[in-house]
Amino acid sequence: MTALAPARPLKKRLQSTGLWLLTFVLMVIMCVPGLWVMLSAFRPNREILAKPPIWVPEALTLGNFAKIFGFGAEQVGIPVASYFANSMIIALTSTVIALIIGMAGGYAFARYRFRFKGGIFLGLMLFRAVPGIALSLPIFMVWSRLGLIDTKPGLIIIYVSLNVPFTVWLIDGFFRQIPMSLSEAAQVDGCTRWQAFWKIEFPLARSGIAAAGVFAFLTSWNEYALASQLTRSTDSKTLPVGLMDFTAQFTIDWAGMCAMAVIIIIPALIMTFLVQKHLIAGLTFGGVKG
Amino acid sequence: MAGISLRGVEKHYGAVRVVHGIDLEIAHEEFVVLVGPSGCGKSTTLRMIAGLEDITGGEVRIGERVVNDLPPRKRNISMVFQNYALYPHMNVRDNLGFGLKIAGQSPAVIAQRVDEAAAILGLTDLLGRTPAELSGGQRQRVAMGRAIVRHPDAFLFDEPLSNLDAKLRGQMRAEIKKLHRQVRTTVVYVTHDQVEAMTLADRIVVMRDGYIEQVGTPMEVFNRPANTFVATFIGSPPMNLLEGRIEGGQVRLLSGEAVPVPARLAGRVVERQEVVLGIRPDDISPVGHGLGAAAEPADLTLTVSIAEPLGMESLIYTTIAGQEVQAKLYGPHILQPGEVLPFRLALERAHLFDARTGATLEVR
Repeated sequence: MTALAPARPLKKRLQSTGLWLLTFVLMVIMCVPGLWVMLSAFRPNREILAKPPIWVPEALTLGNFAKIFGFGAEQVGIPVASYFANSMIIALTSTVIALIIGMAGGYAFARYRFRFKGGIFLGLMLFRAVPGIALSLPIFMVWSRLGLIDTKPGLIIIYVSLNVPFTVWLIDGFFRQIPMSLSEAAQVDGCTRWQAFWKIEFPLARSGIAAAGVFAFLTSWNEYALASQLTRSTDSKTLPVGLMDFTAQFTIDWAGMCAMAVIIIIPALIMTFLVQKHLIAGLTFGGVKG
Repeated sequence: MAGISLRGVEKHYGAVRVVHGIDLEIAHEEFVVLVGPSGCGKSTTLRMIAGLEDITGGEVRIGERVVNDLPPRKRNISMVFQNYALYPHMNVRDNLGFGLKIAGQSPAVIAQRVDEAAAILGLTDLLGRTPAELSGGQRQRVAMGRAIVRHPDAFLFDEPLSNLDAKLRGQMRAEIKKLHRQVRTTVVYVTHDQVEAMTLADRIVVMRDGYIEQVGTPMEVFNRPANTFVATFIGSPPMNLLEGRIEGGQVRLLSGEAVPVPARLAGRVVERQEVVLGIRPDDISPVGHGLGAAAEPADLTLTVSIAEPLGMESLIYTTIAGQEVQAKLYGPHILQPGEVLPFRLALERAHLFDARTGATLEVR
């Protein structure tokens, strides 16, 4: 036993070094493509396409952004501004609707007893288990009959239905953490049930609702598969779909594509940071109750 | 003037009946404590008065108004919850003033009333803190402050002290009593702790399984329990109950020993009646170590099984007629297990209950 004793710390040290290395490699694998996109967005096309690759950029430019928004000498015939507007309108509208339904549903599941409650909840969760793309053909057929192909409402409806199960589930959890007696105390203090909700329960569940909203927004903002099939023109094309406009039959405008990718990533990045903050706030609220 | 009156109040959850048509009249400014074991319907009754539970049957009045179908906000009551239910996102000042703000009072009035309540409860220095920054006792006081600022017709307390440690509970009990003397408002207070009930109440309502077992002043409930349930529930340690049968003017216990029927109950029993003799631990003591002389002594020789010294008195576990009995020894003496001593029963304070129904045989 005594002979083995010094060997153990060494083994442990090796283990932890190994874990760090593994984590580092994984992080590199995950981050490098993203960083490369970011970098390429600010480099001229010839530097991107250079062989052998130029690792450290020699020239940085905002030209790619000017180009896709239609400023400057070189212009690209892609309506990025419309795509951006479409994406914003569709993502924000579907998020707001999904949040309203999620709050109403989450509150109902957290606070009321009703028939088939368990079944309905399970149904909502199972709906999430169906890959969206599996529904694309039936949706396409129904949407074409309804005249919803290539319209913003068409996409909004789909994104709302994708997001509602998730927002209901998350918001239900947050309302469950808030003791019933708070709303009861407010009602005894003179509130209607509606006032008690808005003045007491809503502010306390706000972090959770914000988190649900950010997740819903990101889902809609990033969605590609269904949008690519259901949109045709500047009426409804979203940014991820618009990205494909940079591929022509024989060429791909990598610089423009990367610039646009950055434009897609930035709001998502901001939102992700917000989620982080709110999720932490939401989780610690549960801890200090008592 | 606002008393509270319950007439035939019932509560059903589907087929389950939790409150069975209870009647109760609570006078203006009275402090009434609903007490009983968990599941006895006391909290449900309180919540029906508050309007937080629907009333299945019967009628609840606050003052002259029937409030059955009024929402809580229209009943002009305030409530202190077991978990305090302070609004975590507001500081103490906003917690106290919330009800007044909802009622549309001017900021000046709110500030004045909040300061007044804070002064009564010693919260003035804490007004800027949030509930998370308060200790248990302070939270409790804020909850009470929130109840008094609105000058309601009645206060409802739902087990307000059960989350506190024993020492703090004693302190807060005294504060609640003081508060009631200061603000003179009708109080309905729910607890499962009989000490709280005895110390706070003008009248105690003992409940079991959705029925009221007895209503009376603390001394009435203690001295003249209506049945064996009340007898064992009120008083600590609980009253000893010994089964027996009336034979020749005596209560013959299961093992054959006999004690005389207490004189005041002699005309209330019939020969061969099955009875339960109830006697409190304070009324069984080793001869010479009781509180004062017994007017109707009955002596039994008993063996001490355990003695718990509590300082100036000891709690003694012994057996009478095969049943474990608690007795009390006054004075700082130490008894050893196995000691055999003559014990004296103060029969004038003993009770007799019908063995079948559990009801007292006293004139009621």
